[in-house]
Amino acid sequence: MVTTAPPSVFAQILDYANRADPYPLYAELRKTPVARQDDGSYVVSTYQEIVDLLHDPRISSDARDAGAADAGEDPSGVPPAFIRTDPPEHDRLRRIVNRHFGPPHTPGRVDGMVPDLRRLVTGLIDGLAGQPEVDIVDQFAYPFPVTVICELLGVPREDEPRFQVWAQALVDALDPGTGDPAERERKRAAATTEMGLYLAGLVEAHRRSPGPDLLSALATDDGPEGRLTDIELLAAATLLLVAGHETTVNLITNGVLTLLRHPEVLERLRRDPDLAIHLVEELLRYEPPVHFLPNRHALDDIEIAGTTIRGGAEVVLVLAAGSRDPEHVHDPDRFDPDRFNPDRFGLARDRDQHLGFGGGIHYCFGAPLARLETQIALAELARRLVNPRLVVDPPPYRTNPVLRGPRHLHVAIDDITPAPD
Amino acid sequence: MKLVVDLTRCQGYAQCAFLAPNAFTMHGDGEALLYDPEPSDDLRERVLRAAAACPVQAIVLDRGPVEDGSQRAAAAAARRGDMDEEFLRTGRIVIVGASLAGTRAAGALRYQGFTGSLTLIGDESAEPYDRPPLSKQVLEGWVPAEHTGLPRRDAIEADWRLGVAATGLDLAAKQVRLADGSSVGFDRLLITTGVRARPWPNPDEAALDGVLVLRTRQDADRLRRLFAARPNRVLVIGAGFTGSEVASVCRELDVPVTVAEAGPAPLVAALGGGIGAIAADMHREAGVDLRCGVMVTALEGENGRLRRARLSDGSTLDVDVAVAALGGVRNVDWLEGSGLAAGPWGVACDAGCRAFDANGLVTDDVFVAGDVARTPQPLFGYELLALEHWGNAVAQAEVAAHNMISDEAHRWPHLALPVFWSTQFGTEIKSVGVPNIADQVVVAQGSVADRRFVATYGRRGRLVGAVTFDQSKWLEFYGRQIERGAAFPPASRTVDQPDRLQPSAAEFPTRPIPTQDATVVLTGHDPAERRATLLPS
Ligand SMILES: Cc1cc2nc3c(=O)[nH]c(=O)nc-3n(C[C@H](O)[C@H](O)[C@H](O)COP(=O)(O)OP(=O)(O)OC[C@H]3O[C@@H](n4cnc5c(N)ncnc54)[C@H](O)[C@@H]3O)c2cc1C
Ligand code: HEM
Ligand code: SF4
Repeated sequence: MVTTAPPSVFAQILDYANRADPYPLYAELRKTPVARQDDGSYVVSTYQEIVDLLHDPRISSDARDAGAADAGEDPSGVPPAFIRTDPPEHDRLRRIVNRHFGPPHTPGRVDGMVPDLRRLVTGLIDGLAGQPEVDIVDQFAYPFPVTVICELLGVPREDEPRFQVWAQALVDALDPGTGDPAERERKRAAATTEMGLYLAGLVEAHRRSPGPDLLSALATDDGPEGRLTDIELLAAATLLLVAGHETTVNLITNGVLTLLRHPEVLERLRRDPDLAIHLVEELLRYEPPVHFLPNRHALDDIEIAGTTIRGGAEVVLVLAAGSRDPEHVHDPDRFDPDRFNPDRFGLARDRDQHLGFGGGIHYCFGAPLARLETQIALAELARRLVNPRLVVDPPPYRTNPVLRGPRHLHVAIDDITPAPD
Repeated sequence: MKLVVDLTRCQGYAQCAFLAPNAFTMHGDGEALLYDPEPSDDLRERVLRAAAACPVQAIVLDRGPVEDGSQRAAAAAARRGDMDEEFLRTGRIVIVGASLAGTRAAGALRYQGFTGSLTLIGDESAEPYDRPPLSKQVLEGWVPAEHTGLPRRDAIEADWRLGVAATGLDLAAKQVRLADGSSVGFDRLLITTGVRARPWPNPDEAALDGVLVLRTRQDADRLRRLFAARPNRVLVIGAGFTGSEVASVCRELDVPVTVAEAGPAPLVAALGGGIGAIAADMHREAGVDLRCGVMVTALEGENGRLRRARLSDGSTLDVDVAVAALGGVRNVDWLEGSGLAAGPWGVACDAGCRAFDANGLVTDDVFVAGDVARTPQPLFGYELLALEHWGNAVAQAEVAAHNMISDEAHRWPHLALPVFWSTQFGTEIKSVGVPNIADQVVVAQGSVADRRFVATYGRRGRLVGAVTFDQSKWLEFYGRQIERGAAFPPASRTVDQPDRLQPSAAEFPTRPIPTQDATVVLTGHDPAERRATLLPS
């Protein structure tokens, strides 16, 4: 009699049927902290091992280095953005882009966006008035960060329908679970090319008449390390547009969902908007937008947790499983809004850190912005939505297991309180 | 609001500097973080954001009473074993030395459930403060010297006897004698008296106006005022960490500075000659007049004011400020005749922070932590090492506090690998392990020319230390490799690896070196789980 092996735990995680609640599977996964898969890759699911590998220089994010047969020129014609490169190239590219985004060269930029963020949030919530039921995703959590990243980069907001399609294809390419890999790869390359062409036109226009935006700065400014080449610029801009587009939406939506599931916390947030500051950290741990990092490989043999990861093997870091590792976090399946209260830090050795933004040199570039966006969004929603209730729980999820989040979040409300002055 | 950044943990993610740009600033093009330890109240929300965002939770805030940590205190109690409950409630603990280690230990004692009587004795009259900012943001003039108070002091319920020195210890009677003639009795004692700056050896010259050391708040404040008055030239004597940081601030302020160093390069004692040469380049590129291999032989004054310095190469130098950065002298004078193994080397103790008596027997009720302590390092042949590092003071204080209120079976060994940082010339230099016992060094990642690299140190084919220049995100990896007794030179392929790993001599000044034949590995992350294991050879 022929029996088929049951699907591996990781395969079950990729299965859309488990999208609404993958956490029990993560617990299963953690029983083998570093699990070799049939295809030779390793799935890492425990906190300490993930942190170790995020900081391990024997791990590469650069597929060109993998020595694979298809290494070489990317079919899209666009080189990898810095998220898929290693030092020293990674550090140089990231530093040059950061020159116009954050300290030390532009320290006030993100902090200075706060009034704009508040204005956008207020406008979007105003727009919900008079509707008994709203979709938090389509009416708020998606348009908000997209507008922000467009304004930051200097991309016309009205072009959103065009690049949304490309962004979607790029994000789909991260999903190892569905469809034919070759087809996925073809779509990714095509989307990269199209997005590149679109952005190339914009960059040209910004170079001719620069504005206060990031693309203009990158296209015109020559820092001590020189300017990005045109093609490097396109790669970076694509990365920022996609990353700024497909992640924060999930954090905000997961935040609303989690608050509606914990009404006592929602009530506290309503009374104390400062709570949003550290509540967002717990959200990044408890319901993170990025569930795993699929794009790494070992440059050499790595001994870890009693296993040897073979040089050349792919390594998948399951951030969402690590953030709920009971060996690391006290009572990990509990949503504790005070877990990251800074008043607690430094007392004894609290170790409740989360992996929501990754770690090491690829630590999320946009983290300060994503945090502010979500803090402001959740505090304002909590304050202004009157008697919000989940219409369906669990909500329908997007298919992607990597960037996991609800596709819609229908919420019934009684009213919207007026905007503060 | 007060705060302190644990720069031992900080990996330069700059999240704080994004979210509260007026309280946290990055210097240079790398990871050098400076911060305002008492940011003004209008920055409150921003600072909260910064603290919550720090990926390694390195920012310790104090914005009023600490919320009750009962859940964790209960967990801590479970790990303490069955310590005499009576002692926890009515015991008397005295801590001598009310600075970083003393305050941290006091906090940990209270946090872990000690409710008995707690007395802190400190000879400085100011509230406990943090020293690392003194040679950095305070000297620069960004942060006033008084704004360096250690956070969470107020929350610690204790009898704070500040401004009075301990002058003697009677072990038999279990009494600490104080300068004001009184005595304080104890059941358990913690010694955290640290070090003081080694003064310029000639007392008359040291007394000249313009000749200073840098260890205390007052020192820093005097020096800052002198710098602000734009001296014609500052002389820094000794290019260790403090001396280099002072020179760096001078250049930042565009004050002319000469550094005289007896050794072949700055930081040789910590980094060796090879890497020290890179530090020398940093000095010179910043415009420091760096003179190595020379000694200052005399400081001369007129009317009690410093005027010039004579150097061993026969030259003279007109200077109006001289900073003697000659290292520290351990504060053990008050222990003379106490019967403890206290001397110029500090107070020797076991890995559980219990002091040795003069016979080398371990005492039961006297503990030591911080700069004054000399502790066995299992990774380095169990040699007793004193580590004058901020992170060591914090980690050791916590272990000492835990052990003071735990039974024998639940004591923790202080097995933290030495780690320190220094911020100078816009670069964050960090070190892990004990580079200075190494015989060889090799740059394993990055580029020396760009001042962004990881240097690894080996001794007889094993990795014993690593130093990073603006590459601190890799430091923990190398720390872990050191703990595992990894081979040197590193054999693995890594990112950003130079084409060839060609070790060269580490060039440390000769000093007695421990034998390191036995192989010891360290395991565990939590202090409760830390273990050293001897491997069969
Ligand atoms: C300018 C400067 C910059 C530094 N920068 C760095 C850095 O960048 N990185 C790093 O890792 N470390 C740095 N350090 C080292 C770090 O500050 C020390 O490791 C730390 O202060 C040690 O704390 P401690 O409590 O053990 O000792 P100390 O801070 O020396 O405290 C000892 C206390 O005990 C008091 N005392 C002494 N004798 C008596 C007595 N008989 N009775 C009562 N009280 C007494 C002293 O006055 C003092 O208040 C720096 C130190 C200085 C001075
Ligand atoms: C809540 C929202 C977000 C989450 C959870 C998130 C998460 C992450 C994670 C986990 C990584 C690490 C990737 C890796 O190590 O391979 C990352 C990298 C990155 N993120 Fe984000 N991100 C968010 C928002 C943003 C935003 C708004 C931007 C743009 C403004 C952004 C830009 C980037 C970039 C450029 C990188 C690559 C960094 C590098 O390789 O050095 N992200 N993000
Ligand atoms: S690690 Fe923390 S303290 Fe250090 S720079 Fe980053 S956010 Fe600031």
